[in-house]
Amino acid sequence: MSSESGSRQQKAARIRELMATEGDAVQANTESFNQGRYESVSRLAEYEELKDEARAIKEEAIERLPELIEELRETVEARGGHVYVAEDAADANRYIEEVVADRDAERVIKSKSMTSEEIEVNEALEARDVDVVETDLGEWVLQVADEAPSHLVAPAIHKSREGIAELFNEVFEPEEPLSSAQELTMFARDKLGELITDAEVGMTGANFITADSGTMMLVTSEGNARKTAVVPDTHVAVAGVEKIVPSVEDLDPFVELIGRSGTGQDITSYVSLLTPPVESPVVDFDRPDEPIDPDSADDREFHLVLIDNGRMAMREDPELKETLYCIRCSACANTCANFQHVGGHAFGGETYTGGIATGWEAGVHGQDSAAEFNDLCTGCSRCVDACPVKIDIPWINVAVRDRINRGKDGELDWLVEGLTPDEDPGGVDLQKRLFGNFETLAKLGSATAPVSNWMADIGPSRAVMERVFGVDRRRNLPEFQRETLVDWFETRPDRSPADPTRQVVLYPDLYTNHVLVDRGKAAVRTLEALGVDVRVPSMPSSGRAPLSQGMIATARSKAEAVADAAAPHLLEDRDIVVIEPSDLAMFQGEYERLLPEKTATAIGENSYEILEYVFGLLENGADDGVLSRPAGDASIAYHSHCQQRTLGLEAHTVAVLDRLGYQVTTSDAECCGMAGSFGYKSEYYELAVDIGDDLCRQLEAADASQVLTSGTSCTEQVGSLGEDDPIHPIELIAPR
Amino acid sequence: MWPRPEIDSSEGIDVSDSASQTSPIERFCTRSQTVGVDVTRVSRADVSSTLADLCDREPSVVGAPLPWTDVSLPDSATTMPTPAELEAASTGITAAVSGIADYGSILLRSTADGVEPVSLFPDRHVAVLHEADVVPDMATAIGEQGEAFREEGASMIVATGPSATADMGELVTGAHGPKEVHVVLFGGEDR
Ligand code: SF4
Repeated sequence: MSSESGSRQQKAARIRELMATEGDAVQANTESFNQGRYESVSRLAEYEELKDEARAIKEEAIERLPELIEELRETVEARGGHVYVAEDAADANRYIEEVVADRDAERVIKSKSMTSEEIEVNEALEARDVDVVETDLGEWVLQVADEAPSHLVAPAIHKSREGIAELFNEVFEPEEPLSSAQELTMFARDKLGELITDAEVGMTGANFITADSGTMMLVTSEGNARKTAVVPDTHVAVAGVEKIVPSVEDLDPFVELIGRSGTGQDITSYVSLLTPPVESPVVDFDRPDEPIDPDSADDREFHLVLIDNGRMAMREDPELKETLYCIRCSACANTCANFQHVGGHAFGGETYTGGIATGWEAGVHGQDSAAEFNDLCTGCSRCVDACPVKIDIPWINVAVRDRINRGKDGELDWLVEGLTPDEDPGGVDLQKRLFGNFETLAKLGSATAPVSNWMADIGPSRAVMERVFGVDRRRNLPEFQRETLVDWFETRPDRSPADPTRQVVLYPDLYTNHVLVDRGKAAVRTLEALGVDVRVPSMPSSGRAPLSQGMIATARSKAEAVADAAAPHLLEDRDIVVIEPSDLAMFQGEYERLLPEKTATAIGENSYEILEYVFGLLENGADDGVLSRPAGDASIAYHSHCQQRTLGLEAHTVAVLDRLGYQVTTSDAECCGMAGSFGYKSEYYELAVDIGDDLCRQLEAADASQVLTSGTSCTEQVGSLGEDDPIHPIELIAPR
Repeated sequence: MWPRPEIDSSEGIDVSDSASQTSPIERFCTRSQTVGVDVTRVSRADVSSTLADLCDREPSVVGAPLPWTDVSLPDSATTMPTPAELEAASTGITAAVSGIADYGSILLRSTADGVEPVSLFPDRHVAVLHEADVVPDMATAIGEQGEAFREEGASMIVATGPSATADMGELVTGAHGPKEVHVVLFGGEDR
């Protein structure tokens, strides 16, 4: 067994175990957060404006960071507080240990802070015999269980009520066994209440800190952060340097967005805006019968420990810089199909979890930590809409994947040579290389079809594919068609309308051209019937396949080739119509990063999704009478493609179907789970199936006469896992 | 380029309780209810008796002095309580510096006489709020306090409903903070 193949099996086993033990709790919670987010942001009329504002504030803050750190230092010091900028975790912990020792503290109470997890301050203090108590109930559960957080906001999201009850009953042996959430909460509240009273130091994180006033914002629901800051006389706040924003007024968009984006609450119970040392009197439980003393606030001590730990370097790194805008709301995790099914213990590194964790881990702990889970981002892009600061999370994942590829030594490259004429260096592993070069396979496949489809069925070769390339043998392989769409179009008689309304190049994406040829033919027939002049020239692949493997150089050369091929058509004022949504998403998204700005804009602005285009033609007066209407049962179950949704183009398909008299039920699964090559990979096959099964059950529950899918991956996934045989919407409405 | 066919994306945005529809006071009251806060609207003359009624059957009440003339805490309320009294108190009464209509939130300013612990430790928090201090939205609420943060080093809590947690597998009201919040809103006649 090759080492690659062995580690794939290990990874598959780990994912299988987590899906079994933690998957249900994680899925129930993240899906409800995600649903809550959709509802909560829909109630916010200025949602888009607030996101733009939030983004702009973060951009400015990171740009001016060195200056803001100094301003903040002056502000805090003028109020009698202390500021320490720690270079790394060890430096931060050394400082905090000193503060705690100076205060002769035996107990430190903490409110939840991911940054304190990053520096592992609990372990550092415990090594000095300081009792550290997490007061957030979720964090406390984990402390009792000795487990790591699995989510940025709800750290114990992977634990069920039953699991927590079992844990508490075993550890604390209460007189009456605990069972309901109410009982567990009250038990924890009382237990922690006692521990809070005799703590000497309170430690918090900070969601934001304002340079102008030294005010820190803490977002909580339980009230523990309030107690942590007000009860003890010494307050230590630990925060990454990126948490600084210029002014108090800048907090507004974040107050409005953070709860909605994360747990789907319009606002959490408490947003503390503390300007330490706070004016509140110390609540000194050592002297329980002495009235609180208004002057005791004067004795409060405050230490702000700002953590660099790689952040200033991230600021200089063009690919990682955007990560610093992250407000750690968790939306990207909650909206991610992979995360929903497997949780942060697989989809996370040493500290951080979810899609953005790739950026954080690469920045603070290094690339190796990111490499562990980076492949779980399939680039479906659903998080892009959800992120309140509009971070291109999939791109960060691709960029880091590219670096990981380059960091590895090439191995067995001769095996795929010829099959893989890519531009990327030797480090890319064989599996990535195979999928990244799908264009070559597809061409070879069509040229030798139906012979090539032996690959699909014969056992021994599947075993080799699994061992060498990690292509799971349980997965059906695509069936290449002998006659490609381009061939078909070339050999058919000219059917262009005499007086066309528009001129179109139909982009022959790899799948439409070689595998799902029927949807291409249907598109041609539909466009022509609606009065459009269509051409289907041979064009290079979009670069999506190599890009998703982190092979940026190869993707760029593909993009350049597409730009060359598209140029004459654009000059003749032809619109580019695209069937495969993941390729359209390249044209309108990633091409901005791969091509000169003008070129990318020209391609992006002139390309359309096929049903979006049909919608436009009908809106502009084309006769819908030529299209196929329901004959009998009009019910349709439709799963739009993840990237199509992010582009805002699901609605156009639904509108066209409505108009023609179909009754459409849409799925709300964020992704089909297949995601290009992901569902083929042996280490992820079972996860992909778990996700796909949910989607299939949803589509089946609609009990429709036809299931429609827009993407190739979704078509393959639903076709192989479900009872239905999905077709593309264009095949349904094309003139018969 | 062909004008990109647009679909009206504002469809589905529910703005039924947003600014244009109702007055900030009404919105504050409705939103408060949504977040689990009871609001009693009274005239200035009736605030003190309303507070007294609310604390009638309470075994132990703590309070932070209220800043308005003719508005006072019930006799039973202990100001400048001891830590033991704070822990034992069933109700804590404080002033709120503003109310935020869009969210049903109240803004509590930490003071030397203990608004923060008094509003935090007891199971029930009763906040007194003047109608003139109800603002339409979050940006206004924060914007109004900008100078207080900068010049006076103020600390404030934006509190919305009772404390809560979902960490034990289901939503439970009353975690480390109050289980119940009541707002006494007064001063409509002053406006
Ligand atoms: S990347 Fe965006 S969505 Fe994800 S946690 Fe950060 S701010 Fe939230």
